[in-house]
Amino acid sequence: MSKKVIVLGEVRDGALRNVSFEAIAAAKKISGGGEIVGVLIGDSVQDLGQELIQYGADRVVAVEHPHLKYYTSDGFGQAFMAVHEQEEPEAIVFGHTALGKDLSPKIAAKLQSGLVSDVTEIEGEDDDAVFIRPIYSGKAFEKVKINEGPVFFTVRPNNIEPLAQDAGRSGDVSSLSADIQNLRSVVKDVVTKATDGVDMSEAKVIVAGGRGVKGPEGFEPLKELADLLGGAIGASRGACDADYCDYSLQIGQTGKVVTPDLYIAAGISGAIQHLAGMSNSKVIVAINKDPEANIFKVADYGIVGDLFEIIPMMIEEIKQLKVNA
Amino acid sequence: MNIYALVKRTFDTEEKISVQNGGIAEDGAEFIINPYDEYAVEEAIRVRDEHGGEVTVLTIGSEEAEKQLRTALAMGADKAVLINTEDDLDELDEFGAATIIAEYLNDKDADLILAGNVAIDGGSGQVGPRVAELLGINCVTTITELKIDGDQATVVRDVEGDSETIEAQMPLLITAQQGLNDPRYPSLPGIMKAKKKPLEELELDDIDLEEDDLEVKVERVDVFLPPEKQAGRVLEGDLQDQVKELVQLLRTEAKVI
Ligand SMILES: Cc1cc2nc3c(=O)[nH]c(=O)nc-3n(C[C@H](O)[C@H](O)[C@H](O)COP(=O)(O)OP(=O)(O)OC[C@H]3O[C@@H](n4cnc5c(N)ncnc54)[C@H](O)[C@@H]3O)c2cc1C
Ligand SMILES: Cc1cc2nc3c(=O)[nH]c(=O)nc-3n(C[C@H](O)[C@H](O)[C@H](O)COP(=O)(O)OP(=O)(O)OC[C@H]3O[C@@H](n4cnc5c(N)ncnc54)[C@H](O)[C@@H]3O)c2cc1C
Repeated sequence: MSKKVIVLGEVRDGALRNVSFEAIAAAKKISGGGEIVGVLIGDSVQDLGQELIQYGADRVVAVEHPHLKYYTSDGFGQAFMAVHEQEEPEAIVFGHTALGKDLSPKIAAKLQSGLVSDVTEIEGEDDDAVFIRPIYSGKAFEKVKINEGPVFFTVRPNNIEPLAQDAGRSGDVSSLSADIQNLRSVVKDVVTKATDGVDMSEAKVIVAGGRGVKGPEGFEPLKELADLLGGAIGASRGACDADYCDYSLQIGQTGKVVTPDLYIAAGISGAIQHLAGMSNSKVIVAINKDPEANIFKVADYGIVGDLFEIIPMMIEEIKQLKVNA
Repeated sequence: MNIYALVKRTFDTEEKISVQNGGIAEDGAEFIINPYDEYAVEEAIRVRDEHGGEVTVLTIGSEEAEKQLRTALAMGADKAVLINTEDDLDELDEFGAATIIAEYLNDKDADLILAGNVAIDGGSGQVGPRVAELLGINCVTTITELKIDGDQATVVRDVEGDSETIEAQMPLLITAQQGLNDPRYPSLPGIMKAKKKPLEELELDDIDLEEDDLEVKVERVDVFLPPEKQAGRVLEGDLQDQVKELVQLLRTEAKVI
């Protein structure tokens, strides 16, 4: 059966997030040729509609309102439900981001529906789709199918290949007005910390430091390497507990779970809780002065030695490579 | 203040996971309170100590979850409720779990409900926000700070590294993020006292639910382990040469830079 799917396009700092394009690709897979409708919610987002279409949406509905400048679950929930009522979709796809994690369960509760969170892969197509998602923070995976009600799922960033952008595609971007009122939560202030660059959950490269970096200043060379590779920095809990960095950088079973193309672990021993958060990365590099460190068991490439010698050498080497390229 | 903390019993984070008969093998495993729920319990106790009232910890599970409830009581919670579904349910999805919790809480007039941001086993992060929606109360997820003043709370929410300060109306459900507090260890006197604190055990009947109300919408068809990551190559030789080789390998063999 063909399904009409609505996909939430998520905007951060005025731009669409990659995960929204990945969500469109996932939507196509289960739609059975049905229409893909992109949804944009914010105070000024309609202009981004064409980009969603270039990535595979057939048309876009935008809800704009001054109360939607910041995400609140009431505000975005009201806006989303207005679109839902208009479109009556058979399927819904969000990114599994801070916003998607907060909003999707509330929408699912409103719709009394099931919801499959944090999907990393979809097997089969259309009505036969089976969703794969990590459990035990990636120590295992489960396959689930949806028995009843709308097909509603969130996709983990960086796992599903987006469709190629097609600048020739065009479609209708319409606006829908909605009453956004009685917000029970109001955002008073936003402090941007940790990342002034790439967000960890969407980064292709992560350079992570552990207790071996020995202090907040020990993260500096890691940050330089990450910047050079267009990546983000991350950390073990050891580094966070020692106050070398903020908890928002923690990777592992009680931190973020990440799957970048390249994960460089420097001065991290490789405790089971840390491995749960990163061992599904595509390529892992370990730098540790202890040849027995557990991290080498999951590393594709390892160097035994002092990170304070090795990281600067890597930076020089990569700079050389870039000059020669 | 009438405070509830939702706790889930889960595998110790030290445990390796193995699959048996299409499910996760539990034999011999150690169990703990879901780490995020420890933050929730700790915060509940602190709020009570500051504003007065009572903390009830609530779990859905089997009799075995009594142990985790006793731990929460030993930390300082006042009462515990176990909704035992062992005899009634073979399957339970997030919709079902939230339905049970919301049905129980429906007539309890909670001022504040604290949950974990995510359970480190199921990992959906759905139960907290679903419960809030079903109860029709306000909800803020992944918080790292909570201050309550009358019918208004000021919370700091972690949004992928950014911090948002939010004013939120009570009654409120929050989900705890790491950094909210340092959960205390139960003290010896705490453990002794916990043995005498009330622990109520209920079944679905007692909260007017039937198996049919909880029929799963999402069905698990398989569980599997990721392919074991093979140890790769530890490079050798002069350090400078190793670094050169590594960068070459990343470019030409792994094609990631
Ligand atoms: C409930 C629970 C949840 C947890 N959740 C997480 C989680 O989500 N994420 C997480 O990471 N941990 C988690 N942990 C903690 C985990 O068990 C480890 O304690 C932690 O990962 C260790 O951090 P580390 O590797 O940085 O430190 P250590 O284990 O101290 O390792 C430091 C490493 O640095 C190396 N080193 C030192 N100096 C240098 C140098 N100059 N050059 C190169 N190498 C050097 C050392 O050889 C050592 O291997 C959790 C623990 C518990 C109990
Ligand atoms: C198809 C399917 C079948 C399943 N069958 C079973 C089964 O037979 N038996 C089984 O035990 N599990 C089963 N599960 C898992 C069960 O559905 C989940 O554990 C439950 O829905 C909670 O989801 P979660 O673990 O993702 O928790 P999350 O939503 O990530 O949890 C967030 C927070 O909600 C609260 N919370 C979550 N669960 C509970 C709880 N049980 N009690 C109190 N508070 C809680 C905690 O504060 C927790 O930190 C099944 C899941 C699926 C999808």
